[in-house]
Amino acid sequence: MILLRLTARSLWHRRTTALLTLITIGFSVMLFLGVEKVRTETRNSFANTLSGTDLIVGARSGQIQLLLYSIFRIGDATSNVSWQSYELVKNHKQVAWTVPISLGDSHRGYRVLGTTEHYFDHYRYGNRHLLRFEEGRRFEDLYDVVLGAEVADKLGYKIGSEIVVAHGIGNASFSKHEDKPFRVVGILERTGTPVDRTLHLSLEALEAIHIDWKAGVRIPGTNVSAEEAARVELQPKQITAFLVGMKSKVATFHLQRSINNYRKEPMLAILPGVALQQLWDMVGIAEKALMLVSAIVVVAGLVGMLTVILTSLNERRREMAILRSVGARAWQILLLLTLESALLTLMGVGFGISLLYGGIVLAQPILESHIGVFIPLTPPSIYQWKLLGLVVVCGTLVGLIPGYRAYRYSVADGMTIRI
Amino acid sequence: MQAAIELEHLKFGWKPGKTLLDIDKLRVDRGERVFLQGASGSGKSTLLNLIGGVLEPDAGGVHLLDITLRALSKTQRDAFRANHIGFVFQMFNLLPYLSVLENVTLPCRFSHGRKDKAILRDGTVDESACRLLDHLELGHDELLRRPVTDLSMGQQQRVAVARALIGSPEIVIADEPTSALDVNNRDRFIELLLHECELQESTLMFVSHDPGLHDHFDRVIDLHHLNQNGSKQ
Repeated sequence: MILLRLTARSLWHRRTTALLTLITIGFSVMLFLGVEKVRTETRNSFANTLSGTDLIVGARSGQIQLLLYSIFRIGDATSNVSWQSYELVKNHKQVAWTVPISLGDSHRGYRVLGTTEHYFDHYRYGNRHLLRFEEGRRFEDLYDVVLGAEVADKLGYKIGSEIVVAHGIGNASFSKHEDKPFRVVGILERTGTPVDRTLHLSLEALEAIHIDWKAGVRIPGTNVSAEEAARVELQPKQITAFLVGMKSKVATFHLQRSINNYRKEPMLAILPGVALQQLWDMVGIAEKALMLVSAIVVVAGLVGMLTVILTSLNERRREMAILRSVGARAWQILLLLTLESALLTLMGVGFGISLLYGGIVLAQPILESHIGVFIPLTPPSIYQWKLLGLVVVCGTLVGLIPGYRAYRYSVADGMTIRI
Repeated sequence: MQAAIELEHLKFGWKPGKTLLDIDKLRVDRGERVFLQGASGSGKSTLLNLIGGVLEPDAGGVHLLDITLRALSKTQRDAFRANHIGFVFQMFNLLPYLSVLENVTLPCRFSHGRKDKAILRDGTVDESACRLLDHLELGHDELLRRPVTDLSMGQQQRVAVARALIGSPEIVIADEPTSALDVNNRDRFIELLLHECELQESTLMFVSHDPGLHDHFDRVIDLHHLNQNGSKQ
């Protein structure tokens, strides 16, 4: 007890250097814990992008490529799936539901997704949540559009706003379907998934706006008005991909194999969970590197503390000799310095935690809107506590180095005060 | 009479074969106040570390209060020192981050024996410290609250005396405690030190190179004569 008091008083006496050490450790711990937290949350939100879907089917390409363009809206499909093949799978006796997806157009940098209203019945994310409407309803009329939360938020659209879809992808597309404007009828709740950045409309609507287009350009001389287009039969001939839900999970592998071996059209069926995991493993390397770097920063912080304590040791030889003369045992001198670094590390960890949580409170909205990762203000997980505990243990062990040196000094110096 | 400090056939050298101290016999009785004179480099500090139990002699024995230090383990020697010996050093005796009062009561935090004795005598450890400080002319409240670094050198040395005497240790060792003081302060300091040791019946071993301080003491020991190794040179 007296040792703890002495340590605290002695640290307070040297509060400038002690504070700087504390800040160094605090920042390194903040970084370490922050990276770990962002990592966990990113992984969670990543794995939660899609749930409840048993298969994703698209044209034959790579597993990850299919996942990226169909779910994450990254990149493009190399080719499409014919409507006949879609119908074939849809009518399979083991299939409970299917949701077609058609991509390719955009609106001010956000992807436009053509689908059916089944999308709102079956698309699930996170812990099997269905999409919910913040405002409005599903698309019913041909020129209705439902916006993801971020689209509405960023572009300032409300129910009733008019939207023109651009042909192709990219913010500055020259060709726009301005002859067939859409009306916003619904805005979805925020999900933290790519759905937030998507405009949803019906497959028929996509057909309608392309009725007078061929191979990416408007057919010269033709001009079908919005009203005329609505009267034409708008049966899509092909789609980009589709989601499949099975009646029984057992049949999933069987169907997957059948689709992959289908002779008439090269198709690929993937299990979303497996593909998500595979994708994460690829992205995960960066995350591991980041974790390593932040761990090294913590080590640098502890080495900084070691330097400060070792430097102070020479000036404090007198202090040690005085303590020895009033009855401190040599091991108590060792303990005194170990306690000092333990105390500094502990306070540094505490400071780091408060810095991080303060930072989260401040940065939460920015992080969510800019990188789409929501960092909740939850207490550290058991694993994170273990990491923090490890930092304190390391800090304490580091203290053994000056502790041992002081021990040697005090054994050698005895009660002879050397200046 | 019981011996407070007794050295027998003591031999010590920092390096093997080079003996620094070779003392055949030295006996200081309990309650005695002796002046140990020795020039710098004569092995004074080494002798004090031997008596303090921090160093172990190469041969011979150190007996304090009829206890043979050699028979004790390192930790036991540390505990013995904490319980029975008070030290005053040359200068800067105090821990700068503790108050005057905390500095004085420090030995009671490391030794139950001295804490108990202080409480037995004055009721509480703080009371005991205040009594000693008062006797040493440091009793003003205003002074007690000041950081120790604000005290004059003479005041600091008197605080160190109070610390050495709290809990009435049987032996007090003062190592050149007056070398940083001017003559007026020096004589007053020695008077106070001797008076307090007498009150507490503590044995005082006062070490200095300064022969001018002889007059204050019952007995003067010249380390030069005592040390047979030294006299041979």
